[in-house]
Amino acid sequence: MIPILIYVAMFVAAYFVVKLVTAGTQRQDFTSLKTVTFGDESAVVSDRKASIISIIAIIVLWGAFTGSVLLPGFLHAPGPFTGDGTFTYTVETADGQRDDATVTLLVHPSGEPADAPEVAPGEGFAKDDSVAIAAYRSKLARLDQNDEIGRDEGARIVAVNGQPIAPGGEVATDFGRVVMSQRGTLNIDPDKGWQMEPIWLPAPENVFTRMGEIASEGFRNFTLWEHLGYSLMRVVVGFALGALVGIPLGYAMGLSNWFRGWFDPIVEFMRPVPPLALIPLVIIWAGIGEGGKIILLFLAALWIMAIAARSGVSGVNISKVHAAYSLGASKAQLMRYVIIPNSLPEIFTGARVAMGVCWGTVVAAELVAAEKGAGMMIMVASKFQNTDIVIMGIILIGVIGFGIDMLMRWAERVLVPWKGKS
Amino acid sequence: MSGLSIEKISMRFDLPNGGSVQALKDVSLHLNEGELMSVPGPSGCGKTTLLNIVAGFLAPTEGQIVMNGHTVTGPDAERGMVFQQGALFEWMSVRDNVSFGPRMKGQREADYRGEVDHLLEVVGLQEFKEKAIYELSGGMQQRVALARCLANDPDVILMDEPLGALDALTREKMQSLVLKLWKETGKTIILITHSVEEALLLGERLLVMAPRPGRIHKEYQLHFADMGVDQDLREVKKHPEFAKNREEILGMIWDMEEEIMGRTEAAQ
Ligand SMILES: Nc1ncnc2c1ncn2[C@@H]1O[C@H](COP(=O)(O)OP(=O)(O)OP(=O)(O)O)[C@@H](O)[C@H]1O
Ligand SMILES: [Mg+2]
Repeated sequence: MIPILIYVAMFVAAYFVVKLVTAGTQRQDFTSLKTVTFGDESAVVSDRKASIISIIAIIVLWGAFTGSVLLPGFLHAPGPFTGDGTFTYTVETADGQRDDATVTLLVHPSGEPADAPEVAPGEGFAKDDSVAIAAYRSKLARLDQNDEIGRDEGARIVAVNGQPIAPGGEVATDFGRVVMSQRGTLNIDPDKGWQMEPIWLPAPENVFTRMGEIASEGFRNFTLWEHLGYSLMRVVVGFALGALVGIPLGYAMGLSNWFRGWFDPIVEFMRPVPPLALIPLVIIWAGIGEGGKIILLFLAALWIMAIAARSGVSGVNISKVHAAYSLGASKAQLMRYVIIPNSLPEIFTGARVAMGVCWGTVVAAELVAAEKGAGMMIMVASKFQNTDIVIMGIILIGVIGFGIDMLMRWAERVLVPWKGKS
Repeated sequence: MSGLSIEKISMRFDLPNGGSVQALKDVSLHLNEGELMSVPGPSGCGKTTLLNIVAGFLAPTEGQIVMNGHTVTGPDAERGMVFQQGALFEWMSVRDNVSFGPRMKGQREADYRGEVDHLLEVVGLQEFKEKAIYELSGGMQQRVALARCLANDPDVILMDEPLGALDALTREKMQSLVLKLWKETGKTIILITHSVEEALLLGERLLVMAPRPGRIHKEYQLHFADMGVDQDLREVKKHPEFAKNREEILGMIWDMEEEIMGRTEAAQ
């Protein structure tokens, strides 16, 4: 909740700060002269400054709530309590005697185990104790174990730091709080602060050092590049096969009644089936090796490409077809010079979608079963609670997915410059 | 017999709801080689349908088209078409669009290059020949369409409102261009237009069509097209006979429109 509020505050603050800083400097281009901009989609351009600040905001937020060393200390959210603390507890025996004892506490960072400090037993029948607790953890402590009259002899703890406490109750202390369980045992619960435990969310620098480590040492018998390369290879091969079959199939469906009738039920049925739902069947049929993955991605790309090619053909302006025939084109020439080029924009749109779906599907398939691949990497890491590897994997998967899309857009710009311009 | 004969053409469209539309009924006429016939008429009277039948894109329910002694069964390079818009190939440059016909015939570049360059010169697009189609204005695109049709050297040119989407000034320039090309090339042309003025200016023969069912209402033989070849078109329009013909035809079309409105109102 708090991070979300801070994020919204950052959004608003950044807007006004940028407004203030750039006030007076007007954009000088065609859209700057438009007076109607609200509602004119073409007048809305992504604000570069906002994009950059947005990325910085996420990293700052991430760093602040993980105590990252990349950020100066004053930007950190309050961390968990670490160091020494003490509290006293008061024991009352069955016959009404009371005695105090002091508990010395050492809260150490989770990665660096430490022993409980030595303490002298002290006066009275209740003896002093010492406890070591890892940060973010709490500890049920049987403090009466070393006392001369313990719980088994009928003694009860009745106060902590002089404040009375009953089963179910709690007392706030300078290091956090002490809670009494229903059975009368004290649970020492040092303050956890607002930061995320590394096991939930590691600091950004930890993720990046882990990335460096895995890039040089590899993960599970394969280098990082092999993991990513295999995922990419599966996508490229699966997509290429899907396009190779799907595009001619789509053309046939767009040009012939028989093909349209024969394949329509199949395509219309397979289109809404998410490729993820095919994973179990493909594993049964083809196993978890490369063959199965490629069949899966082939199927994921096939329908999308077939439908894209089909609508590319149906989308041709009939005047263009008539014009070509009146100019003496044969059927083959019509195909080569009119139908195919006219369908390219649709096919590129389909290819972009298909690549995105394939990339998502390959990661999912690797999560289920694989020996190598980006998905397998994060799945195995999660089993060992290596959250840093999981996050690294997610970032790499995102970056590669984004890269694929950029590449497709670039290819589209170069190969079909007339797209959306007729 | 040379030229183009439209012989007793009828066209009925069956509608999916079981009804049918009689788009054309018993339309017959003969065009000699080199004639320019303009066809005005109220909207929906079957002009486009007639042109599509002549082009060979539609088979009539009755009658036939005979061209140079043979019956038309489908589209052919002997009958070129200039569409209202959207029929250019965006994926080709201006030059590739214009040379499309010769290339489809398998001619080599050396064979058609001179003719294509000449046509681009005539329509004033010599400098734009390497440009992409979407970089041209609407009027320039129609000039490309005209040049593309002429480069294929058809015997008959069919035009369905080729200038309909242009502004008044561009339209006037294009009208002069069409007249000039017609005189130079001696092609047979059928020109469909919504503008009575345009029909009068360009048509050597003028065919007024009537709707429901689509049929020939009245035919005129005009000499304005000949005057327009070496006179400014605006001068031609000032001719008293021009104004008289215009009023007559406009009145005719108005009456037909009103009749249609009355009939649909009565049907309701
Ligand atoms: N494919 C079709 N199916 C059914 N009816 C059609 C079809 N094409 C045309 N019609 C009908 O035939 C009649 C003539 O249509 P057509 O397009 O030839 O008219 P038009 O004279 O070209 O009109 P406009 O001047 O508006 O272009 C109209 O009533 C139209 O509704
Ligand atoms: Mg029409």
